[in-house]
Amino acid sequence: MARARPFSAARLPGFAAMAAATFLILYAPIATLVIYSFNGSDSVAVWGGFSLKWYGAAWENAQVQEATMRSVVIALAASGIATVTATMAALGTTRRGRFPGQTLIYAIINQPLMAPEIVTAVALLIFFSSIKVATGYTGLGYLILAHAAFCVPFAYLPIRARLESMDLTLETAAADLYATPWLAFRRVTLPLLAPGIAAGAMLAFVISLDDVIITEFVKSAGQDTLPTYMLGQIRRAATPEVNAISTVLLAVTVALLSLFFAVTRKRA
Amino acid sequence: MRIPALAAATALAAAAAHAEGALNIYNWGNYTNPELIKKFEQTYDVKVTITEYDSNTTALTKVEAGGHGFDIVVPSHSFVPIFIEKGLLLETRPDQMENFKNVDPVWVDVPWDPGRRYTVPWQWGSTGMAVNVDAYDGDINTSAIFLDPPPELAGKINVVPEMQDVINLALYYVGGEACTEDKAKLKAARDALVAAKPKWLSMDYGTTDKLASGEWVASVNWNGSTFRARLANPKVRYGYPREGYPLWMDSVAVLADAKNVENAKLFQNFIMDPENAALISAFARYSNGIKGSDAFMPPEMKDAPEINPPAELAAAGRFGPSCPKEIQAIYTAIWTELQK
Amino acid sequence: MTAEERRRARQGWLLSAPALALLLAGASGPLLIVVVYAFLEPGEYSGVEWKFSLEAWFRVLFERDIFDGTVRLADAHLSIFWRSVKLSLLTTLLTFVFGLPTAWFIATRPARTRMLWLFLITVPFWTNLLIRTFAIMEVLRNEGILNGALMRLGLISSPIQILYTDVAVLIGMTYVYLPLMALPLYAAIERFDMRMAEAAYDLYASRWQVLRKVVLPIVRPGVVAGSILVFVPSLGAYVTPRVLGGGKNMMIGNFIELQFGAGRNWPLGAALSLILLAMVACALTIYVRAAARAGADG
Repeated sequence: MARARPFSAARLPGFAAMAAATFLILYAPIATLVIYSFNGSDSVAVWGGFSLKWYGAAWENAQVQEATMRSVVIALAASGIATVTATMAALGTTRRGRFPGQTLIYAIINQPLMAPEIVTAVALLIFFSSIKVATGYTGLGYLILAHAAFCVPFAYLPIRARLESMDLTLETAAADLYATPWLAFRRVTLPLLAPGIAAGAMLAFVISLDDVIITEFVKSAGQDTLPTYMLGQIRRAATPEVNAISTVLLAVTVALLSLFFAVTRKRA
Repeated sequence: MRIPALAAATALAAAAAHAEGALNIYNWGNYTNPELIKKFEQTYDVKVTITEYDSNTTALTKVEAGGHGFDIVVPSHSFVPIFIEKGLLLETRPDQMENFKNVDPVWVDVPWDPGRRYTVPWQWGSTGMAVNVDAYDGDINTSAIFLDPPPELAGKINVVPEMQDVINLALYYVGGEACTEDKAKLKAARDALVAAKPKWLSMDYGTTDKLASGEWVASVNWNGSTFRARLANPKVRYGYPREGYPLWMDSVAVLADAKNVENAKLFQNFIMDPENAALISAFARYSNGIKGSDAFMPPEMKDAPEINPPAELAAAGRFGPSCPKEIQAIYTAIWTELQK
Repeated sequence: MTAEERRRARQGWLLSAPALALLLAGASGPLLIVVVYAFLEPGEYSGVEWKFSLEAWFRVLFERDIFDGTVRLADAHLSIFWRSVKLSLLTTLLTFVFGLPTAWFIATRPARTRMLWLFLITVPFWTNLLIRTFAIMEVLRNEGILNGALMRLGLISSPIQILYTDVAVLIGMTYVYLPLMALPLYAAIERFDMRMAEAAYDLYASRWQVLRKVVLPIVRPGVVAGSILVFVPSLGAYVTPRVLGGGKNMMIGNFIELQFGAGRNWPLGAALSLILLAMVACALTIYVRAAARAGADG
């Protein structure tokens, strides 16, 4: 959609400055994090000269690598499941007028936000443990299920916000033109909804990636994630090794993103 | 739901893994020397998996719930009797194992596992005072460092947020005992803590780093952590409060629902070998309780003052038990009052 | 109920069914265990003893003096609750102050770069929470970037102690929860036709009126979603207060964790959680209803 002249920074004074400040604030700690990954000393706070030794240490440390991979796998699976179910639920509960039980659905969907994490963690531990004992299955499924569940509201709310602010006229027109509601949905509603889905999926992903307490209680033998691995390190000093891992993860992310945008730009 | 099919598949996979030999260790975070594990894996052709926890209560809660898949746990002395009482540990009789002769006699008839029928010593240490002598060069062998700090230290002190250790230190300071029922002593300890808190900068972990960098000039801290801080900053000293200070020992135990019992027993025996015990200490910097392991220790550890308390202060160290729940409720109330 | 209403209800429930099933298996269902625990006695060393007791509920608000047995209001609990609510409200406000211009900025970029900007907001959160919090600590400490910048600007003459205070907790929480505000705001604003605002700007006298009459109604659903996503989880925040606040002052999340951990009083932890849950649910309902009404009026 072409626009004659963007109405934004110029007309809303201070907005551009605030946005710039936000990005600066977001990246200042990340810059220190990256800098300390090259620290020669054992510390995440005292600079001891440039060194790549923590990258070497991380490369040697199978435990931390496996934990990082596990975190990413769980976050991808859980945010995927959460986003799909949350999109459906948002479509089912928004803009279609009130129906009986709507408030109940809304309450259940947002419940994971409301209960302190430790309580859900203890409850899940007791529930899942009995299933583990009964079935003998102790795989990653429990962690993915738990993560997907608490990610649902984080995906649902942005999608719902998007739906609420969407213009109905296009969809109504589409419904008149196309034969099937499915086609109207795929061709019109879904593309319109895309920014909301993207926002929801990204939130769900980072929320899962960061979770520590529920994971700590649900994990079985050999299922440490990067956050639970870090939690165990708090009492003893944390070393820049995890800075190195985080930097690699960032670099991979940025590389994948650049690739993605390079490809899509060409196509456009 | 595909869970039943998955369950069957993993059960098969698990059975296969057992045949090759596996061992699942559930230990404190950043506490297990990878070299020790590598050596064990090579000696016995066993695949070891380490999973970590950050507190005794988390470990107890998870083990009690079941279905975790762990074979070995490393609880602190105060939690060993709870694990035993709840029937969570296997009586593996380490006292009849080949390497038991190496265990220092001091650590055989311990109150939490008399005669060592369940557990093998892993590491032990103390909670005392770490002080930067550039900031304060007076007497550091006293809890007054954090409970009645000298003006040089006021406002720059950290206290590790370990409820049991901190309240016990305060109780010893006012002449009481751990888990005492003496209300007057509990009250005096609470008052001392609440009065001292405004003079603390923080109640945080991460002591090794910040003591080394000089950001904190004093802290209630563990001996091994202070030792590591001193290696980075020679001005850091460790004080043993003469009023009394907490000792602790973490011990290796096999779980009652362990799947790899034989490998777990092998591991218990393995770490009672002096050379292997020295590997444990070399990594985390605490003593291990095995005779003759000194010979294999890194040179800087042999006469480190943090590892070897002076004779006149050694007796002030005490192993505090787990308190009964009525007393624990008072501990929690004091702690809440302190952090409200 | 009309046929149309019945159809609408059936569709609504059907579309929500997968999410509801997921939540019942992985969150809400197991939570019923905790409801039961709140009415039991604490076990000797962990867990619960299966004896009915209302002690936990009593203990939420009152305490027996540990020394003379008199009953009084548990002011420690109240001050922890109050600090949590205060810090969470301020966090919500600050994330909005930074989040709205950021979301606005992204929404007004050319369509193909918007996704890139959106990613740039979340990329810092791909690093580990604890390491990120340690990095924020680096920025806030006395010799850190923030104090350095303030001194260079001449605003202060010597470093001020920010770390280990409530201000540090607030800064940390604003950082951590910023995407939770910015992304829903963006989702709501993105399709907003900027020409409408421009036309309005020509018609109305002030920018403020444009903001209130034109921008706000579009932004409102995003604000509702964002403030829920920030306020509610920050009430139970755990890592940030513990690390950046230096662990000196608890928030509700730490307090409840204490009951399940070293405090060994699960029933009290359960009762506290249920009360928190009920309070948040009530506040949410009122908030969402009010927002919907305001939306309908606007």
